[in-house]
Amino acid sequence: MEERELVEYFRAQIREDPDVASAVAAIRSLLEFLKRDQSETILGLRENMTQAIHRLQETDSSVAVSSGGELFLRFISLTSLEHPDLSQCKNVMIERGELFLKKISLSRGKVGKLCHTFIKDGAKILTHSSSRVVLKVLENAAADNKRFTVYVTESQPDSAGKLMAQKLRKLNIPVTIVLDAAVGYIMEKVDLVIVGAEGVVESGGVINKIGTYQMAVCSKAHNKPFYVVAESFKFVRLYPLNQQDVPDRFKYKADILKTVDLSQEHPLIDYTPPSLITLLFTDLGVLTPSAVSDELIKLYL
Amino acid sequence: MADSDGRQIDSINHAADGDGKGHGIVRAKTEGKELTKEEKQRLRKEKKQHKKNKKDDKVPTEKEKEKEKPSVQAPSKPVTQSPTHKAAPVPVSASASESLAAAEKPVKTKAELRAERRARQDSERTSKQGKKEGGQQSTTSKPKASPSELQPVVKRLPEHVQVDDPAALKKLAKKLERQQVPLRSDYGYKVSLFSHLHQYSRKNPPTQQISIPATVIHPSVVRLGLQYSQGIIAGSNARSVALLHAFKQVIQDYSTPPNEELSRDLVNKLSPYISFLSQCRPLSASMGNAIKYIKKEISNIPSQCKEEEAKGKLQECIDSYVNEKIILASEAISKYAIEKISNGDVILVYGCSSLVNHILCDAFEKQRKFRVIVVDSRPRLEGREALRRLVKKGIRCTYVLISALSYILPEVSKVFLGAHALLANGYVMSRVGTSQIALVAKAYNVPVLVCCETYKFCERVQTDSFVSNELDDPDDLIVTRNGKTHLENWQTVKSLGLLNLVYDVTPPDFVDLVITDLGMIPCTSVPVVLRVKNVDQ
Repeated sequence: MEERELVEYFRAQIREDPDVASAVAAIRSLLEFLKRDQSETILGLRENMTQAIHRLQETDSSVAVSSGGELFLRFISLTSLEHPDLSQCKNVMIERGELFLKKISLSRGKVGKLCHTFIKDGAKILTHSSSRVVLKVLENAAADNKRFTVYVTESQPDSAGKLMAQKLRKLNIPVTIVLDAAVGYIMEKVDLVIVGAEGVVESGGVINKIGTYQMAVCSKAHNKPFYVVAESFKFVRLYPLNQQDVPDRFKYKADILKTVDLSQEHPLIDYTPPSLITLLFTDLGVLTPSAVSDELIKLYL
Repeated sequence: MADSDGRQIDSINHAADGDGKGHGIVRAKTEGKELTKEEKQRLRKEKKQHKKNKKDDKVPTEKEKEKEKPSVQAPSKPVTQSPTHKAAPVPVSASASESLAAAEKPVKTKAELRAERRARQDSERTSKQGKKEGGQQSTTSKPKASPSELQPVVKRLPEHVQVDDPAALKKLAKKLERQQVPLRSDYGYKVSLFSHLHQYSRKNPPTQQISIPATVIHPSVVRLGLQYSQGIIAGSNARSVALLHAFKQVIQDYSTPPNEELSRDLVNKLSPYISFLSQCRPLSASMGNAIKYIKKEISNIPSQCKEEEAKGKLQECIDSYVNEKIILASEAISKYAIEKISNGDVILVYGCSSLVNHILCDAFEKQRKFRVIVVDSRPRLEGREALRRLVKKGIRCTYVLISALSYILPEVSKVFLGAHALLANGYVMSRVGTSQIALVAKAYNVPVLVCCETYKFCERVQTDSFVSNELDDPDDLIVTRNGKTHLENWQTVKSLGLLNLVYDVTPPDFVDLVITDLGMIPCTSVPVVLRVKNVDQ
């Protein structure tokens, strides 16, 4: 399977199912790539897979694609590949790949189930930009007959907050759109803050749409709980010390990286340190930021 | 009447006879379930009855005595290791034996005998433990012994933090006398907060009392001890490597005496050396881990192994330990650390850490553009050595004393610190002044990175710098300026104390990242690494 085909397949996946996480789409494409791969040796296979992951990262520069891809590769190779026949090994890997895909397709549901109990009746929730996991959580809470109102930030430059507000209105949840600059103003009214994540880093901090860090600092100042909901395939092996330390390939869109002078560009994501996060809800359970490192060691080592 | 795990065996033996009640209780005990309130009351009543009956019946049975001996020997070891299990199994087994005693008379007499023998053994053990653990522990062990079921199993405090306890000192003196190691006496007035620690003077090295040629202590160990006490070899890695080299020499010169096994005798030979070295200078955490490793390797030598072969194997083990845990680890740490050094960085370092210097030199070779600020403090002034090494490489450096820290910090982009040891609760033990630097860096929002190899991780837990530390020679603080030495006669002033601390402890909230040979981890994940390491071993 050529790289061009891979990218086409990936784009097609996202087009067909807009509700799917980009990492899941990437992993589906990688699985397809694995099935169609023609290499003769396991080493060659691995090299091709790594190349494929890099190619996908160039297409969609989100952290989740990078972390999902690496976890997928580790998961399928973390088994005994001692069969003398290459096709047998490949079958084992494909089986594991399907298993992995099935597991992560269920993770959003698991997170939703865990988190909605933290939303009390009559709560006022603040969220940032458009996150499908947060939507799932709010959906579950609404299905549980809880009454709550939601404030969503507009989240420029792509106005993703408006999209989120539309989706929430369809679920009959009262929602108000606020300006990004009004986060400090609205903080005293809300009871809790729930945001999604594009990536969860080794320190227990999160990488998310720009504006999340601001919201976290405000909520800390007002002593409001700051919850992050993320699936486990978003755990990534990065350890940023501060905003500058996050690699450029995550901050800007893939096509902008290659062409424009970065000092004039606005980054798309920011890093929220673990000291500002109260709890993380993942399909591995409800974790404190310091427990994330423990889980990462288990996943990656 | 104190019980022991022997009663466990007792109840299991009786359970084999097929008593339903005993079986049920044994099952509950082995499954670790909590006894219900009624069961507990029943057990208490039966125990009282048992006590009364014991005084009446004392018929011995030879067969039972022999059967009991081996089963009692084995539990005597687990006794010290599983105190918490005692409360549950003991009343359980008491009831089991009691319930059966009601049924059969000969069974009852076996139980009596066992109880008596056990009571005698336990009383001997508790008296020995009471003597060992000194004043504090005996008071804690006494209320524990009185509930009569629980064995007092208090972890022994290390000797070097019990200097103000005369009983512990006497015990140490006896032990050193037995090993023929000279006892070093404390020097000068000790500040009351630290009176539980040793304070030695560099002018009285412990090697003065050793005869020439050294008979009990190997000469390379004597040399090493002198180098430690005079501060010629300083720094965690340097001390460990020197220790391992000296032990290699010891193993080379060792010959197994007749009728002895190398695996046991060599370990015994090493004990006086270790006592001697800790008299010269208290052992560091890294040295402690190295010694544990050597002792484990020695005791794992199979008895059929010929002496030359065994010695060769041990030399190899030591070499590989030094290579893997120190040299290769520093390469790995350097590789991770270089990702965190970007062009234009201003890096602050404190004192002289061999690892941090290595990282900076490597980064400079890999063409990273950065400059370094070296912070130094009295009385050791180790920063000068670091400055020397970095400038030799060609790195741009600035040198300040620690009092100028808040002045210089706004310029700094990162702080790199070395560590003496990483404790199990995530606290970093390092040269005194490190926690100060971490605190001020946190206040200025400058990221603090600690670099530490995994062999320096220790199971100890400490939250303050008082409980376990090292006091250096107080005379080091005396300085001559403009021909005047003000503190020359500090000993004559009764209310004056000089305190020369060596280590301090930094809480994990001030540390942003720990770089180890396993990767970059947050400070709170140290127990995870320890757990993974124990699983590996």
